[in-house]
Amino acid sequence: MSSSFRNFLITRLLLTIPMILILVSLVFFVMRVLPGDPIRSQLGPRVSEEQADKIRERLGLNEPIMVQYVTYLKDIVTFNFGNALTQGERPIRDELGERLPATLELSIPAMIFTSVFGIGLGAYASKYRKKPVDYGIRLFSIFIYSIPIFFLGLIFQIIFGVRLNWLPLSGRMDSMILTTFNSITNFYVLDSILTGNWPAFWSAISHLIMPTITLGLALTGTFIRLTRINMIEMLRTDFIAAGRARGIPEKTLVYTHALRNTLIPILTLIGLQMAILIAGAVLTETTFSWPGIGRYLVERISLRDYTAVQSTIAVFAFFVGIISLIMDLMNALVDPRIRY
Amino acid sequence: MERELLASIQDLSVTYHTRIGPVSAVDHISFDIYKGEILGLVGESGCGKSTLGKALLRMIDPPGEISSGHIIFDKEDVMQYDDDRMRDFRGRRASMIFQDPMTSLNPMQRVDDHLIEAIQVHEPKTSEKDALKRSSIMINRLGIGLNRLGSYPHQLSGGMRQRVMTGIGLVLNAELIIADEATTSLDVIVEAKLADQLREIRNEYGVSLLMITHNIALVAEMADRIAVMYAGHIVEIGDVYEVFEKPLHPYTQGLLGSVPSIQLNDRNELFKMPGEPPNLTHPPAGCRFHPRCQHAMPICSQLEPALIKQSSGQSVHCWLYQDHPDKNEKR
Repeated sequence: MSSSFRNFLITRLLLTIPMILILVSLVFFVMRVLPGDPIRSQLGPRVSEEQADKIRERLGLNEPIMVQYVTYLKDIVTFNFGNALTQGERPIRDELGERLPATLELSIPAMIFTSVFGIGLGAYASKYRKKPVDYGIRLFSIFIYSIPIFFLGLIFQIIFGVRLNWLPLSGRMDSMILTTFNSITNFYVLDSILTGNWPAFWSAISHLIMPTITLGLALTGTFIRLTRINMIEMLRTDFIAAGRARGIPEKTLVYTHALRNTLIPILTLIGLQMAILIAGAVLTETTFSWPGIGRYLVERISLRDYTAVQSTIAVFAFFVGIISLIMDLMNALVDPRIRY
Repeated sequence: MERELLASIQDLSVTYHTRIGPVSAVDHISFDIYKGEILGLVGESGCGKSTLGKALLRMIDPPGEISSGHIIFDKEDVMQYDDDRMRDFRGRRASMIFQDPMTSLNPMQRVDDHLIEAIQVHEPKTSEKDALKRSSIMINRLGIGLNRLGSYPHQLSGGMRQRVMTGIGLVLNAELIIADEATTSLDVIVEAKLADQLREIRNEYGVSLLMITHNIALVAEMADRIAVMYAGHIVEIGDVYEVFEKPLHPYTQGLLGSVPSIQLNDRNELFKMPGEPPNLTHPPAGCRFHPRCQHAMPICSQLEPALIKQSSGQSVHCWLYQDHPDKNEKR
């Protein structure tokens, strides 16, 4: 690793810190401006004001807001996150430790699905530009782009879950299997392989299919269109014509020469889309009752659980930051012209 | 001098089907390319010279098409080849160097991979090691250091890239190299060097070189023969000395007259051709040059002349040098 590369890496990492800081601060103050509070949202109006104040005092909500803010920042920096304010006041760290693997188990395959499927279809369409198959793929991409995720999820549930009864409707695993399943990492697929528990493995996979495809398809439209347009431009360049002039087969030109050059803008897109994917994960998890951090976030927002919401968003921000960093690094690896 | 024929282009036409109608960018052109010669193809921008070069490799993309003609290469008609044979023809028998050296190599492929890929595409049985060995010899021959083999295109200079492009053609023993404005974007010193090298390569490998350019000085310097194109026609073709000594076609005369010379003085101003090249959707009837021609006769706007060989050696596409019963008739 050259020293300039190390400098790039350090700068890039340092830039991620203010990004996360700004985001979590924003969330902190917005949550407190919103009407409602965690006590009332949970206990309702019948609890007396004295009792409510007692609880506030116990949770530290009576402190001046800047004091709360500093405490909260300390919690985040130490990755401690504190306790949730509602529903049993579980330590948020434990909660996220269980739920984050569920979200990753859903979003990583979805990301792979959308990349492979979107880039593949986009490249294929570019090769057959202005032929019927190209129009078909373009139509599909607009169609899939404009369908809301939860609606797509519902349609899948009705078709494959209810009508055809091929796939389970919701959750991560059959409850029968889950009772005897011992989880090590909370990645169910990984755990079932590690313990050699094949019924659990198949159950986990079958539960994954619909949510993964739903979430993956939602982003496919963008990938198809971006790949296609970049490929068409790439196929017009001189080096493709030069390749053709020296007899390189068309397939090699499209899928090796042009596609490899197109991957550079696409990699950046994957980084950016990760943020949208996580937003999509919130909706997908809600639709499929998937016990991930997206669903946790939705639950806790309606409860005005300040600490839980802040911490979940901090984790989201952290992941988006890390992934865009990884994409930048991959860009540097793939493109010989970028050397730090 | 006994010259051996390499390729014979017969009645070749390229038509672009545009929204405003068909455009005949190359219109019924016939000419020969001899083995080991350098043929300079000159003309203004848009006269169809690049299109002609691409058409020789049948690389005309829609909405264009080769609408008629034959390309006889070593007694075989390339126009009859199917896709596979055509792919084999490109690169192995005829190769092309493009104008912009910055963009004509794959930015993500190393120099050696370009050469090895080209060899292995045409000779699948060649091992990577042998291909690399041949590539090294070729690169070295072209005056590029062997340490450049592992470089990416952006690490090379423009002249080096053009030499790499040339090397890709030569490493496959191509018999014809089409250089489409290959030296235009280089600075004069690099251009002269590359031109020199191309000539050496011709002498050493006996390849034929079709040099498409608007740099007439370069053609005068390098080429054996010159073909002048105007609006999709070859208007004059012949030995460089003959054509430069005594240009017959009024367009060639104008073209040569508009080349700046170091001996030029104030009285002897550069010749400026009147008018503009025609719009090829509606080319002028008869000889396409007649609206700009100082010697135009009535017949010029009615009938197209043929490309006819003159006693001085070159062939000319002009009524001044051929007879027709209607030639002197006034209408």
